[in-house]
Amino acid sequence: MNAGAPVLEVRDLTKSYGGVRAVDGVSFDVAAGELLALIGPNGAGKSTCFNIVNGQLRPDAGAVRLGGRVITGLPPRRIAALGVGRTFQVAAVFGSMTAAQNVQTALAAARGGTFDLWRPARRLGREQALDLLAQTGMAAQADRPASTLAYGDVKRLELAMALAGEPRLLLMDEPTAGMAGTERREMIALVQALTRARGLAVLFTEHSMDVVFGHADRVIVLARGRLIANGGVDEVRRDPLVREVYLGGAPTEARP
Amino acid sequence: MRSVPTLLDIEGLAAWYGEAQILFDLSFTVGRGEAVALVGRNGAGKSTTMKALMGLVRRRARRMAFAGRDIAALPTHEVARLGIGYVPEDRRIFTDLTVAENLDLGRRPGAASLWTDAAIFELFPHLAGLRARAGGSMSGGEQQMLAVARSLVGNPELLILDEPSEGVAPIIVEQMIGALLRLKASGMSFLISEQNSLLCEAICNRAYVMEQGEMRWQGGIDALPAGSDSVGLFTKLK
Amino acid sequence: MSLDSLLFQAVNGLASASGLFLVAAGLSIIFGVTRIVNMAHGSFYMLGLYLAVTLAPALSPWIGGAAGFWGGILVATLAVALLGALVEMVLLRRLYRAPELYQLLATFALLLVISDAVLFLWGPEDILGPRAPGLSGAVDLLGRRLPQYDLFLALAGPAVLLGLHLLLRRTRFGRLIRAATQDREMVAALGINEALLFTAVFALGAGVAGLGGALQMAREPANLAIDLSVLGDAFVVVVVGGMGSISGAYLAAVLVAEVKALCTALGVVDIAGYAFNMSRLTLVAEFLVMALVLILRPHGLFGRPQPPATTRARAEPAPAPLGRRGAVLVLVAVALFAAVPLIGQFFAYAPVLALDMVIAALFAASLHFIMGPGGMASFGHAAYFGLGAYGAAFAATRLGAPTPLAFAMGIGTAAMGATLFGWFCVRLEGVYFAMLTLAFAQIVWSIVYQWEEVTGGSNGMFGVWPQAPFDEPAGLYLAALAVTLAGLFLIRRVVFAPFGFALRAGRDSSLRAEASGIPVARVRWLAFALAGTLCGAAGALFAFAKGSISPEAISVGRSIDGLVMVLLGGVQSLMGPVLGAGGFTLLQDMVMRETDYWRALLGAVILAVVLLFPSGIAGGLRRAGNAR
Repeated sequence: MNAGAPVLEVRDLTKSYGGVRAVDGVSFDVAAGELLALIGPNGAGKSTCFNIVNGQLRPDAGAVRLGGRVITGLPPRRIAALGVGRTFQVAAVFGSMTAAQNVQTALAAARGGTFDLWRPARRLGREQALDLLAQTGMAAQADRPASTLAYGDVKRLELAMALAGEPRLLLMDEPTAGMAGTERREMIALVQALTRARGLAVLFTEHSMDVVFGHADRVIVLARGRLIANGGVDEVRRDPLVREVYLGGAPTEARP
Repeated sequence: MRSVPTLLDIEGLAAWYGEAQILFDLSFTVGRGEAVALVGRNGAGKSTTMKALMGLVRRRARRMAFAGRDIAALPTHEVARLGIGYVPEDRRIFTDLTVAENLDLGRRPGAASLWTDAAIFELFPHLAGLRARAGGSMSGGEQQMLAVARSLVGNPELLILDEPSEGVAPIIVEQMIGALLRLKASGMSFLISEQNSLLCEAICNRAYVMEQGEMRWQGGIDALPAGSDSVGLFTKLK
Repeated sequence: MSLDSLLFQAVNGLASASGLFLVAAGLSIIFGVTRIVNMAHGSFYMLGLYLAVTLAPALSPWIGGAAGFWGGILVATLAVALLGALVEMVLLRRLYRAPELYQLLATFALLLVISDAVLFLWGPEDILGPRAPGLSGAVDLLGRRLPQYDLFLALAGPAVLLGLHLLLRRTRFGRLIRAATQDREMVAALGINEALLFTAVFALGAGVAGLGGALQMAREPANLAIDLSVLGDAFVVVVVGGMGSISGAYLAAVLVAEVKALCTALGVVDIAGYAFNMSRLTLVAEFLVMALVLILRPHGLFGRPQPPATTRARAEPAPAPLGRRGAVLVLVAVALFAAVPLIGQFFAYAPVLALDMVIAALFAASLHFIMGPGGMASFGHAAYFGLGAYGAAFAATRLGAPTPLAFAMGIGTAAMGATLFGWFCVRLEGVYFAMLTLAFAQIVWSIVYQWEEVTGGSNGMFGVWPQAPFDEPAGLYLAALAVTLAGLFLIRRVVFAPFGFALRAGRDSSLRAEASGIPVARVRWLAFALAGTLCGAAGALFAFAKGSISPEAISVGRSIDGLVMVLLGGVQSLMGPVLGAGGFTLLQDMVMRETDYWRALLGAVILAVVLLFPSGIAGGLRRAGNAR
């Protein structure tokens, strides 16, 4: 991969609903190895923006490029095949399978083996699945049914499944939603470590500011569909406009 | 402020969405005639707290009392009939129904309401001109007024407002504050959740700060610094 | 074709549309508020009709002919509404939180019970109703005599549409229905008692359907097949019009009825030198209308995308691979079944029963494949059973094909049908899937019923005897056993192959599956086609086993038998459907043949399964095993 080129390029995205511009000319990049947080008040256009990138919505104007290739308007499945992994706000896994089988199924899909009607799936990709589970701290739970996992572990499993497609870009919708304090910090630290180790580009939305300001490399802020800030953590935290529309509080109260 | 008799008394409330636990061991009270703010970021559990009160999510608590009645096992409609008016976050106006029809649904047939149409339109003069308008074609602020009005006609003692200023133009927020203050002066109690504290500061006596489904702080509304929110507050507390 | 015959058929079409609309409207209102698709809705229509043909003549001596006729309709309507309220309070209230499949099955059980109650009360003969006093004549229009009552019915549809419209717009009850259709939770949060509202809505929906039936009394005789035929048509109408839209239901009813009427009016037409008898194509036309609408507007003409069902079945446990003990048990069972011809010399009936069980096992296992791992509960699986049976029978008798080739042609027919219909069905979820599969099965049934030259119509086809070596009972039996075992083995391989996992992935979370790169719709489509193909094999075996085949093999009842077999055995296990098929066949053979009221008995069995043993026989055994 070209070291300097961004993995994801978003250019001038615009999307309106019944005359209201939910996303209005938004542009940003995510580079390999970078953890980019997308934040903003409710109704700022975060979800719309996120869902255009992952293919669930088609923009009125603008382009999304992955590794230089235009992916705007492709269905989610095609985008996944091009190297985009996803996790959902409410973690979604296959409840009737064990953790390892979940990852094995994702691996088979990533390798185009979904329509294999004959070979037993039990051993297929198991080694690699166990490896991915180990990377996400789930090794001990590999053979437990996903429906019996604690919610925090479900989120880790989902992450392992998203990694099964060897993505270049990971889209995470509120990766720590529904998790308790310690779990939350562990989860985001894990994402951060994986990002570094694999040279992944990560775009995530998040409501907990300690997660955002503690772990993101860069933060972009949406308000009323527009991008109002794009920069390093400290820069964004001090930005008067961001404080006014979203963070609130006086700049001097910034966390040490 | 703490001397008022308790109207809503919650102790050890937990709630779940499916398998995910959202609320952990919450305790709080609302006194008669008191307005209490639930402050916290999105996802802190404010909306779930309100839904749990109404019986709209799976919940468990050591104590859930409203006006001395145990509401922990009551179905939603009976909670409402005891006198809790619920104005949800996204307002949930019936979009196919007109303003007048939405209001009509809030009324209890056979029970006299203090809130005649005239009283409602006096409180929210703007709605009077919209009677025949479909709920779905109204602006966010108009829907918010209608949602409050729809709860009022059921004669509640306690109004639960989930983010009443969310997505509402500032000018309408001011009108809303005026209306809520009049209600409060007439003895109404409130539980209000907010991310932006302007409205809370104008109306509320006390505040609870929530984070990650837990209560992190409580105190008089004056203790919340001006323009503050949970992040600012927490940086200060830490 | 002439203008006057077209007009005649158009009025006739509007008259039929009215009855159809009333059923569909009731179905739609009930679904909007309670999210339950009431399979017994055709039964309410039928009850309305039976009550009216009985009440009108009974009342007439007391209050006069006209008053008796209309009074009979009124009383019948109210009685059906009351029954609806009762049903809601006694049965449906226990089901609001149950998985959709159980709601559908429980209401189908109700259909069976009502059907036999009608048989018990009114007997099996068709009953003709009285003519409508004052409307029994005809009106001359363009030289054609149009029955007055048809004109009246043509107007009754729009009148009820208007009435429902006024009810929904002008009354508090109507506003509650509209509000609850959008957001039940918020309605409850405003202090409205949902339980009461649901009872009232169910009574309204049932009453409207009852009225629809009662109004038909001067037009068609009351008969016992009406419940299912009306239900199938109503499903088509609701799917075409859009669930939850009353005007959509009317428009769709008119569209469907008029397209059929047009086909009838066209009669025989020449197209490119070939003579087509269009009047025989009414049901194909119905299918084409539905297919076209669903391709262009997947949610129907006036429908909106429905929010996904709030109650989902709890995560299904994985189908477990056979343990050592399980493998031994299976081998013993196979050996026992293979040995049946030997004991056949002493117990002549044993091979016949065993053959029935073997065929039922393949039928149930193929349904289970899409239902369990696929999460798609088909209410029309018998369509592929019937296509397989008719395909084989046609090839064997009319084309004189050798038995193996005829068998293969049966399977091919079913495969083509399942591939075609599956393409539409897999795009829908839950109750929509159930309704569409049932509607397709009804269409296949009707085509078979109507296309006499090819299928023998209602009599079916005879003399479908296999050639040597399958003409000996043992030969056919062993061949059937081999086919079934091969089918079961194939299903087993597929379920434990990556494809089977992908199928379950799509069921567990289609969102996650798509995000992982699994093309969920295509996976479901292939699974549906495969299940239909295997089911076709069972059907072809059935034709050879019985030596004859009739439309009964495609009936909705047959589809439901399959569902009951699967549920009896338990959805969670691959052995479940086989056990369920065996148990069901035995039960049917030993008990149901002894009584005229086997439908009611079957209904009772279904209700018992749904309400008492939600995980079936195999699940119950497994749980008992775990408890130890």
